[in-house]
Amino acid sequence: MLRRQSVLPGFSLSLGVTSAFIGLLVLLPLAALAAKAASLRPAAFWATVSDPRALAAYRLSFGASLAAAALNGVFGLLVAWVLVRQPFPGKRLVDALVDLPFALPTAVAGITLTTLYGPNGWIGRHLEPLGLRVAFTELGITVALTFIGLPFVVRTLQPVIEEMGTDAEEAAASLGAGRAQTLWRVVLPTLLPAWLTGVTLALSRALGEYGSVVFIAGNMPMKTEIAPLLIMTKLEQYDYAGATAIALVMLFASLLLLLAIGTLQAWSVRRSLGEAAS
Amino acid sequence: MTNFSIGIRALVALLALAPAARAQVTLLNVSYDPTRELYQEVDAAFAREWRQKTGQSVTVQQSHGGSGKQARAVIDGLEADVVTLALAYDVDALHRVGGLIPAGWQRRLPHNSAPYTSTIVFLVRKGNPKGIRDWGDLGKPGVQVITPNPKTSGGARWNYLAAWGWALRQPGGSEAKAKDLVTRIFRNVPVLDSGARGSTNTFVQRGIGDVLLAWENEALLAVRELGPDKFEIVLPPLTILAEPSVAVVDQVVDRKGTRKAAEAYLDFLYSPAGQALAAKHYFRPRDAGVAAKCAAQFPKTTTFTIDEAFGGWAKAQAAHFDDGGTFDRIYAAGR
Repeated sequence: MLRRQSVLPGFSLSLGVTSAFIGLLVLLPLAALAAKAASLRPAAFWATVSDPRALAAYRLSFGASLAAAALNGVFGLLVAWVLVRQPFPGKRLVDALVDLPFALPTAVAGITLTTLYGPNGWIGRHLEPLGLRVAFTELGITVALTFIGLPFVVRTLQPVIEEMGTDAEEAAASLGAGRAQTLWRVVLPTLLPAWLTGVTLALSRALGEYGSVVFIAGNMPMKTEIAPLLIMTKLEQYDYAGATAIALVMLFASLLLLLAIGTLQAWSVRRSLGEAAS
Repeated sequence: MTNFSIGIRALVALLALAPAARAQVTLLNVSYDPTRELYQEVDAAFAREWRQKTGQSVTVQQSHGGSGKQARAVIDGLEADVVTLALAYDVDALHRVGGLIPAGWQRRLPHNSAPYTSTIVFLVRKGNPKGIRDWGDLGKPGVQVITPNPKTSGGARWNYLAAWGWALRQPGGSEAKAKDLVTRIFRNVPVLDSGARGSTNTFVQRGIGDVLLAWENEALLAVRELGPDKFEIVLPPLTILAEPSVAVVDQVVDRKGTRKAAEAYLDFLYSPAGQALAAKHYFRPRDAGVAAKCAAQFPKTTTFTIDEAFGGWAKAQAAHFDDGGTFDRIYAAGR
């Protein structure tokens, strides 16, 4: 707080390197994307991005990604909590397993999940008689997206839970708070900013995911066709402009979504800081 | 001597060798997925022949992937001396979109620039329990058909057009009847994988579906690898002639100075030795002599070509697979 000097030398130098890096790696490709899409006339652009098939694909992509991020929000929090707070045999192994979705090639994940949840798979076989189809439905897509998103939530929450320690909870308990009250008034508000970050990362990853989903989706137009697949089908017709148009819509929608979550996060940080000060 | 200076010396030595290395030619063959094993053998055989003829040693590098993806990689700058892709439409993109080859590329080599062919067959479960014999059977209620999505898979476009062309050629056949059959067939498709290998997986590993629409070479390979006790091949009496096309990429070979070797490489595919290798990897050879020798492997059937039935790929693509084409309308009507 009191340290005047920054750890990194030369503020302007590090800022310059930062902006050059971001510019080259992120902004330049995005600009190229926009330029390519601009080769479409506005009417053609609109027709491409508002086609019923495209609308169905956005709905599916955003719907399944939000559902997967929400699932990860709930269960990722639980997993992170258990991994930090509860000693149990094989904990290190479970902890290592959480990272697996990061490391596994997405196609492998997709094929494995389809094998498990397909009508003849180990799990699918028992769900089918119950009338529950997973593979080749929206449900299957959500399962795949949940799989690839889990580590984001767990890994962002773990260090925060560790750092939080048990003092605040003990203090709350000693002041007469019940378990629910402690959880609701003390634990969750502290975790909220990190939790939002994790959920956001999981959501953004899910929106762009292609490799694992195409195997389990079934890829039926209007039904289980995700937006990234629609981009691929456009490319297959050498319709570069159409593909970038869809990509641009996805990008823009994702940006709005991320901004909204970012605002929420800033608010939650301010709130928890405010509460701490008061 | 430090490791560093050894490294420098090695580098200098390598640089000195570079002019000598130029006496050898390196070609890049950009191909599609199921030809990997075929071209491994072709490359070795061609290198032997080329060294005997010219004394020059040639290394052929291969790249494999989805046919459309590969064509786009070449358009975007992958330095392919030759392309050997699944359909003429993708090779033609090198002209249409990339401007890398001239318009008349398909007439530069015999047989529409397709040195070997294949056809679309039905892979069914042992004993053919659903009694699938012909294209009409695929549209019957209760038959599950597995095929990749023709929008993403070049190979699957042959499946779709085979069914359409068959219906056109039936007594009283018309566009309306063809559309009806293809619509009924796609109503019977439970999963549209994005590529041919994905569909094979769905049918073989997950046991989904009664019939897999596949290239004959893929079907023969699947039966050999997975056991003739599980699957059998049904060759429909009338089907499409799949012509995977090849071309020298003019812009690249002229810049690299590899035209002679690249052209010889494609000519080699038409030679008896090249044709025999194609047949060994389950592609139907064009050469009558080689074909006669492996007649048992390739039973006779009647075929029609894309040009005969649809007036070429450009027209077929526009009518059926571009946005708003018949394929999209099948699914739009399904809502």
